[in-house]
Amino acid sequence: MAVIALKMLFGDRAKYLGLIFGVAFATLLIAQQGGLFVGLMTRTANVIADAQEVDIWVMDPQARYLDTTRSLRPTELPRVRGVAGVAWAVPLYKSTIPLKTLDGRIENTMMLGVDDATLIGATSRWVMGSLADLRRPDAVAIDQAGYQRLWPGEPLRLGRELELNDHRAVISAITDASAAFTANIIMYAPYSRATAYSPQGRNSVSFILARAAQGQDSRDVAAKISTQTGLQALSTADFRWKTIKFFLQNTGIPISFGVVILLGVVVGVAIVGLTFNIFIAENLRQYGALKAMGLSDLHLVGLVLLQALVVGAVGYGIGIGVAAMFFHFATQGELRGFYLPWWIAAGVAGLTVLIMALATIASLRRVVVLDPAIVFRS
Amino acid sequence: MEFAISCRDVFKTFGTGDRAARALRGVSLDIRPGEMTLLVGPSGCGKTTLISAIAAMLTPDSGSIRVFGQEVARMRPGARTLFRRHMVGFVFQQFNLLPALTATENASIPLRLCGASARDANRAAAHLLERLGLADQRDRYPDELSGGQQQRVAIARGLVHAPRLLVCDEPTASLDADNGQAAMALMRETALQKDRTVIVVTHDDRIHHFADRIAQMNDGRVTNVTGPTQDHAA
Repeated sequence: MAVIALKMLFGDRAKYLGLIFGVAFATLLIAQQGGLFVGLMTRTANVIADAQEVDIWVMDPQARYLDTTRSLRPTELPRVRGVAGVAWAVPLYKSTIPLKTLDGRIENTMMLGVDDATLIGATSRWVMGSLADLRRPDAVAIDQAGYQRLWPGEPLRLGRELELNDHRAVISAITDASAAFTANIIMYAPYSRATAYSPQGRNSVSFILARAAQGQDSRDVAAKISTQTGLQALSTADFRWKTIKFFLQNTGIPISFGVVILLGVVVGVAIVGLTFNIFIAENLRQYGALKAMGLSDLHLVGLVLLQALVVGAVGYGIGIGVAAMFFHFATQGELRGFYLPWWIAAGVAGLTVLIMALATIASLRRVVVLDPAIVFRS
Repeated sequence: MEFAISCRDVFKTFGTGDRAARALRGVSLDIRPGEMTLLVGPSGCGKTTLISAIAAMLTPDSGSIRVFGQEVARMRPGARTLFRRHMVGFVFQQFNLLPALTATENASIPLRLCGASARDANRAAAHLLERLGLADQRDRYPDELSGGQQQRVAIARGLVHAPRLLVCDEPTASLDADNGQAAMALMRETALQKDRTVIVVTHDDRIHHFADRIAQMNDGRVTNVTGPTQDHAA
């Protein structure tokens, strides 16, 4: 009987395509918005994630997330280094600095000043040049997307000059740093040079980056640092989540994306529910005939569920496929870093099941209560 | 003698209070095996309700309906479904063929419901369609067939699983006179056997000569049964 159910479904091509479109559209909308939302939230903490050697971030006790911290006194650095269980600790300077190219283009850059001696705190992904090139005179590293924004369409080239807050800088390396939440260009420079670019002047420590000694748990060491210095110390994972949570709680982003996702579910239920209901209504006499001929309610429900399952599976496949293509092709450059996590795809599958369930409930009821004697009515 | 169908004091009322419609008011009727019985009467007299009850599609309020020895009036829903599946064949006024299925596939449905494989069911259906003169049309879809051809597919569907009871609701209403006569002749020829019976609800008095008996209904009761009538081969 499954073949009959599928032939009934495929036989009404217009409605079948309408159902597929409804599910695919809802799936695409939810998956695309879900992926963008996750990508956007991840961006808020990408600077933290990119500093891969670091597993403890130390900051002002009142700091709420990556972008709101107050400078620490330089004397805090040796105090952190003195805490038992700390393998090493280095300063990180973070500031937004105006940038000007020689042809007059103006942008803002997120300048990250990494430890002069060790250069710890920078990304590990390099497109041209290397971390060591930051030791050259006036050297800065720029992220690839930032480079392409400053010189669109031009090939990557080292040695280009620009002005950072009226100071000369030379691009000595190009990174593949993860995109930040703000659209700023990301630059790395040694700490002493980066602070010199800034109006705030020298001796500004935005964060102290530390690593727990081998065998020590980073959370335990972070707690010790907090206790002994009075500063706020968090493991990398905790600081990432604290930053993401700040954006979740203090911006309209979750509501905005949530509304669109909800809209996807509602539109999906509406389109699929209505179309499926019409499909069932138009086939009611045929279901009645099958029921009269001895098809049980259970089998009848099975037929309808099979039809719903096929519609859901095909629609989901198309929708998630298009969403995956979107993230594959449309997220180069400015949208880099956005992707479709497996758990979003799985969640969308769950929502598709919900959409199909909601859309099918009314139809199921119709066939279950269907009086087979309908076939005797003209 | 053992009747194929025996109805005794069957009552059925739809709705309650002022809106109550008393469809059957104590129907008693006996139908013999090997005969074709026509149920006739004005619209609303209870013909459809009676065949629905006989075919185990609705439960009467009271009374007894025995079909080939089985009391269908008190059957549980599951047993009614099985009874219809194995014992009853249907020919509907509007054919109710599934438009997405070919003539063979439509005709094979009852056998599929009885558990036959698709291959066996299709083979049996194709054989029956051939007997009904549709050998060349068996792979066509209903909308590619004429009304008469569709009715023959419906007859094949009603007979493919060799049911002991064939229930036909206005089988000639959607057909012209010639096709109506042909359809009735086909049903007599293919459906009637000693251990089977055929009930036909009809308003069409041009097909009365096909009947072994004619049961006249009026106002929820069987008021008269006549027959055997005449030579059906005529």
